Amino acid sequence: MRVNGDVRAIQLDTRTTLLDALREHLQLTGSKKGCDHGQCGACTVMVNGQRIYSCLTLAVMHDGDAITTIEGLGQPGNLHPMQAAFVRHDGYQCGYCTPGQICASVAALEEIKAGVPSHVTADLMAMPQVTAEELRERMSGNICRCGAYSNIVDAITEVAGRQA
Amino acid sequence: MKFDTPATSNPIDQLKVVGHPVDRIDGPRKTTGTAPYAYERHDVARNQAYGHVLGAGIGKGRVTAMDTAAARAAPGVVAIVTTLDMPRLEKGPRNTASLFGGPDVQHYHQAIAVVVAETFEQARDAAAMIRVEYARQPGRFDLAAEGPKAQLASAESGEGGAAPQEDRTGDFEGAFARAPVKLDETYTTPDESHAMMEPHATIAAWDGETLTLWTSNQMIAWGRTDVAKTLGIPEENVRLDSPFIGGGFGGKLFLRADAVLAALGAKAARRPVKLALARPLMANNTTHRPATIQRIRIGAQPDGRITAIAHESLSGDLEGGGPETAVAQTKLLYAGANRLTAMRLAVLDLPEGNAMRAPGEAPGLMALEVAMDEMAERLGIDPIAFRVVNDTQVDPEAPDRPFSQRQLIECLRTGAERFGWSRRSATPGQRREGRWLVGMGVAAGFRNNLVMASGARVRLDGSGGVTVETDMTDIGTGSYTIIAQTAAEMMGVPLDRVTVRLGDSSFPVSAGSGGQWGGNSSTAGVYAACVKLREAVAQRLGFNSAEAVFADGEVRAGNHSAPLGQAAGADGMVAEDTIEYGDLAKRYQQSTFAGHFVEVGVDAATGETRVRRMLAVCAAGRILNPKSARSQVIGAMTMGVGAALMEELAVDKRHGFFVNHDLAGYEVPVHADIPHQEVIFLDEVDPISSPMKAKGVGELGICGVGAAVANAMYNATGVRLRDYPMTLDKMIDRLPQVV
Repeated sequence: MRVNGDVRAIQLDTRTTLLDALREHLQLTGSKKGCDHGQCGACTVMVNGQRIYSCLTLAVMHDGDAITTIEGLGQPGNLHPMQAAFVRHDGYQCGYCTPGQICASVAALEEIKAGVPSHVTADLMAMPQVTAEELRERMSGNICRCGAYSNIVDAITEVAGRQA
Repeated sequence: MKFDTPATSNPIDQLKVVGHPVDRIDGPRKTTGTAPYAYERHDVARNQAYGHVLGAGIGKGRVTAMDTAAARAAPGVVAIVTTLDMPRLEKGPRNTASLFGGPDVQHYHQAIAVVVAETFEQARDAAAMIRVEYARQPGRFDLAAEGPKAQLASAESGEGGAAPQEDRTGDFEGAFARAPVKLDETYTTPDESHAMMEPHATIAAWDGETLTLWTSNQMIAWGRTDVAKTLGIPEENVRLDSPFIGGGFGGKLFLRADAVLAALGAKAARRPVKLALARPLMANNTTHRPATIQRIRIGAQPDGRITAIAHESLSGDLEGGGPETAVAQTKLLYAGANRLTAMRLAVLDLPEGNAMRAPGEAPGLMALEVAMDEMAERLGIDPIAFRVVNDTQVDPEAPDRPFSQRQLIECLRTGAERFGWSRRSATPGQRREGRWLVGMGVAAGFRNNLVMASGARVRLDGSGGVTVETDMTDIGTGSYTIIAQTAAEMMGVPLDRVTVRLGDSSFPVSAGSGGQWGGNSSTAGVYAACVKLREAVAQRLGFNSAEAVFADGEVRAGNHSAPLGQAAGADGMVAEDTIEYGDLAKRYQQSTFAGHFVEVGVDAATGETRVRRMLAVCAAGRILNPKSARSQVIGAMTMGVGAALMEELAVDKRHGFFVNHDLAGYEVPVHADIPHQEVIFLDEVDPISSPMKAKGVGELGICGVGAAVANAMYNATGVRLRDYPMTLDKMIDRLPQVV
């Protein structure tokens, strides 16, 4: 696998999920395990540019794939614009769902830019827009029990505005 | 430092750093995934093995046999410890159910084994190979059915709300009988799960007889004491470290099975063991907010003055447990000469009930504030006006005890203006927007302010850098940041010159995180330590400590000034102190107040409810950091929406367990459920509460929200629901004929 740009070769139990490969074997613990059942979104990473619940996919299925985790987006002192916006808008509290929220946010904006419609896109033939309603729908696979949703949408909206 | 007289002017009042909405100092770590949570401490101990916890498959009974042969032979297995290997462990005073040991099963998914293996996958799969035989016993699983046998019970929630078993002021029955306008209704709230994002997790390592636990716990000192008691080892042999906690909400106040079984597994494996409770185990293995059945009676004069008010609550718990203190707020929130509150406790064999965010007030206000809405309608008075008429500035049961501050009326009036309350129709079901029936609701929020002794150590180095150490925890509340703001203000340095280290039991014992006491109490402890350090610095510099001003990295007195670091020298200086409280909390009632406003749309055809707008106006003393305080409130409002509309642990009354024990079955609000939320903090400083003049805010935000949603749904539809959560199936056959 290529993880955050680096080629990583690991021998794994076939039962090991991509999430556990990252957290336990590569010690990239930024991706979180909240449920291990694809119910919470804390483990969201990007595989070949698309977001995925890394707990619901086995590592052996990703031979040769390019994985981007929260550690690959930015680091303290060198924050990705989305990470910086989450800090500015207080788009987190306990911080446990945060890496997943940020990875999902970055990917969701890319999906909108690529014209991928969502459940709330009224006109499937038109380009979807970055509205609060679109963001809330597209981010609903990432639970934040601390309830930072309102701030998270503000953070994503700010980043989308700067990109546009 | 003993805090026994109201605070006068002090360095915090400068508000150069405190009171500003600064970004969290731990933000860069949390947003880059570099903040280490309990299960992620690869660096702290070498050769960590993986543990997996097995839970009992019956609700009540006995384990008669456990066959571990296949599991022991499975690849990678290092050790297995079963509950039959030892007698029932001792337990700390804060646990109701045993955490491990012995054949008896007190509740479903009670831990009965831990398997330790080289890898996570090996441990999990070996645990599935353990064959368990049980002798099942009949249990009591139905709160309503056990109600008639319930006994009067008094309780401290342990986390705030408190009420004696039955409290009477005046003659409730007589006054209620005579009241010209009255209400007598029953409300129910379900069992709820904390469902914090980070599962309970611990890495345990033994070094001879000493045990270190890297864990996820809100209350470090409680945890340390209870680990020692449970394992039968001296407290000084136990260290807990919990610098980052992925949410708690009361679920991590107490020692849980993860820590106990990591320790037992590590002992058996003779190496460090890491384990997390699997998500599907959490709802039944750990604690939950207990269900309630609440009866409220209110009698009033035609002008709206309450003459009689009674609130009685029934809840259940395991033998030896306590009631949900759902009547606590009714003792203080509204005036009325004749009063009755009572709690009854049924013995149930469901998992242990215990504190969840605002225990007592959260479910209590879900009932009381709907009753107030219903009563206002019967009186033909606006719900806000009805609450204003019944405001009290003193404890209604002890009128010589004033509230230290009470701005409930201001909260409601400010909120009404900002929310556009005047546009609400008093008659329900009047506003239609396309498929949506739209309504507004209001509720009062109320939560007591508790103060707890809290210690801290403050170090000053030769360059003028300040380091704070305390076993306080940050569970998402912003402790790191407000503690840094406090130390920066006190020592006169910029925020980035302060380092904060939390959650280690080798640091001074703090208030910990619970009952919304953490922010005010822990910063007051840091204040006390800083006062001591300032005196030592002034003395060393030869300055009069009463005159010394700490600002801009310097200490000034008269015509003299010196860099702060100069006093510390090469060796540095350190001061430690604990804030302790006198009887101000007895002489004054300290509480926090809110006005919660909600607008909902209810689908006219399906009964689906969508929250459209939310506003909370809060009066909670000095707000130490408006950014993180606001987040506490919106987060609590979100949890309040969950309680109103979706959250319910479904009880299997035959076999005795919570059926929907994961995040797919136990629904919590997601992004799509929550609109933009507004929060207003009223200007308030409360010198009775602490030198910080702050109060708690983290639980106030949930108190009353559910009722505001319920009242908005009634205003939208004319359908009154008294049974939470208010799912569409309870609404659909009663909707007005508008389609």
